[in-house]
Amino acid sequence: MNISLSITKNIHNWLFSIMPEGVASITEMVLIAVVYLAIFAVAGLYLVLLERRVAAWFQLRIGPNRVGYQGLLQTMADALKLVSKELTGTIKADKFLYNLAPYFVIVTSLMALALFPFTQEFQAFDINIGIFFLIAISSIGVIGILLGGWASNNKFAMIGAMRSGVQTISYELSVGLSLITMVLISGSLQLSEIVEVQKNGWLIVQGHVPAVIAFMIYMIAGTAETNRAPFDLVEAESELGAGFHTEYSGMKFAYFFLAEFINMFIIAAIATTIFFGGWLSPFGITESIPILGLFWFLGKTLVLIFLMMWFRWTFPRLRVDQLLTLEWKYLLPLNLLNIVLMALIVWLNLTIQF
Amino acid sequence: MEKIIFYILAIIIIVFAIASVTSRKMLRSVIYLLFVLCGIAGIYFLIDYNFLAAIQLTVYAGGIIVLIIFSVLLVHHIEMELEDIKTSKKILVGLASLLGLGVFLTTIYAYNFPVIENSNSIDMDTIGLGLLSYEAGGFILPFEVISVLLLAAMIGAIVIAKGTKIATSDKPKGKSLEKN
Repeated sequence: MNISLSITKNIHNWLFSIMPEGVASITEMVLIAVVYLAIFAVAGLYLVLLERRVAAWFQLRIGPNRVGYQGLLQTMADALKLVSKELTGTIKADKFLYNLAPYFVIVTSLMALALFPFTQEFQAFDINIGIFFLIAISSIGVIGILLGGWASNNKFAMIGAMRSGVQTISYELSVGLSLITMVLISGSLQLSEIVEVQKNGWLIVQGHVPAVIAFMIYMIAGTAETNRAPFDLVEAESELGAGFHTEYSGMKFAYFFLAEFINMFIIAAIATTIFFGGWLSPFGITESIPILGLFWFLGKTLVLIFLMMWFRWTFPRLRVDQLLTLEWKYLLPLNLLNIVLMALIVWLNLTIQF
Repeated sequence: MEKIIFYILAIIIIVFAIASVTSRKMLRSVIYLLFVLCGIAGIYFLIDYNFLAAIQLTVYAGGIIVLIIFSVLLVHHIEMELEDIKTSKKILVGLASLLGLGVFLTTIYAYNFPVIENSNSIDMDTIGLGLLSYEAGGFILPFEVISVLLLAAMIGAIVIAKGTKIATSDKPKGKSLEKN
């Protein structure tokens, strides 16, 4: 096994100096897992808060502002409430699959989270097939939703799950193809190398026209893949109750809910890494202070997340046929043409480099 | 360390393979099959063959299993259970699987596996160049054959999806039959 765990060298050296090698490596893995779980929980909770504040802002309300300073502890309190709630279940449900479904969604989004280079050093799993691994992982997440919908033994949940399956399978194609367009110009699948390539200008600048088209397609398809409005047919309240998680309560519902927000973070983080230079600062202004990479990465990601929230509170929901028409008749052909255009630009050396 | 991980993965694969054929509930056996496929992907990761592992996850876990789940969702209700099979059929299937197991075991034990020291993980560039090279050891011919096959499958799918529309839109019935 050749896993490069390059989070912080100091802790690594310290652990190996006080323990035998086998124990130290296992301790290190556990520590990293705990760190990522903490990131997962905190990021998820604060994204929920951000969403509520942004929604309130768009609708000229104030939003949660009572618990803690400016409502900063509101979602923590909500999480405590959800933990203390009773876990109800239906009698005729398939209990095993019903309980298993949330974990599929959670585990896949956690696995995807491990791949991102937050800074040059802060990356848990720098695999050489990076982007391809992300696409592979994201195709498994939908199984959790399908299972949850079917195992609840509820017609509305089932319809929600079927819609989600159709939607995710269709839009996965666009996400994959728009990422492949960018791989053409970066010449590598490894995320750390893609960031390295962008030291001569972010890829969205290097690839100009096709890169901008690829970015737009990616953001549309990414929003659809996370099942967020305007693509949230899966949990269309007016038609389906709450969709595939109608029968879930308490913490199990919270798993689905958190995973949705983490998936949004992942979509935005992929876009940051591939289009906007990851942890690189604009024009290399803070190159001498590597720790600021975290600031730049999170800053860019939060701007993209804000963009997705903007979509959510601006556009009305699509119908199923409109959703499928958009993907198969517009995005997919455009995407295929875009790949050819990008190949031409890379071949003729028309990229912009500083 | 690697040995322990290998045995854990092997146990996962064997247990869930048996569970998937013995389960009476259809969707559960599909999920057990998913665990088997993920275990195999884990073994590919263990031998540092990341590309094949990711292919395994995308094609089998993400593609085929989702398709199977879809078809189960469409035709199967949650309260249904698979029928019990006759004893004579059980014996027949058991004998057939024993025969298959025997063939596999004899091949595995008869073959002398060479041990490779210092294996390197293969990067994507090598795989891509290998697929496109037409020299000895290149894979351009199978690559092209597969692309033609995929194109044929795609056209077939479109024709099937369009079939009824053509039939209803054309007024004379004879013509529509010819077109199909």
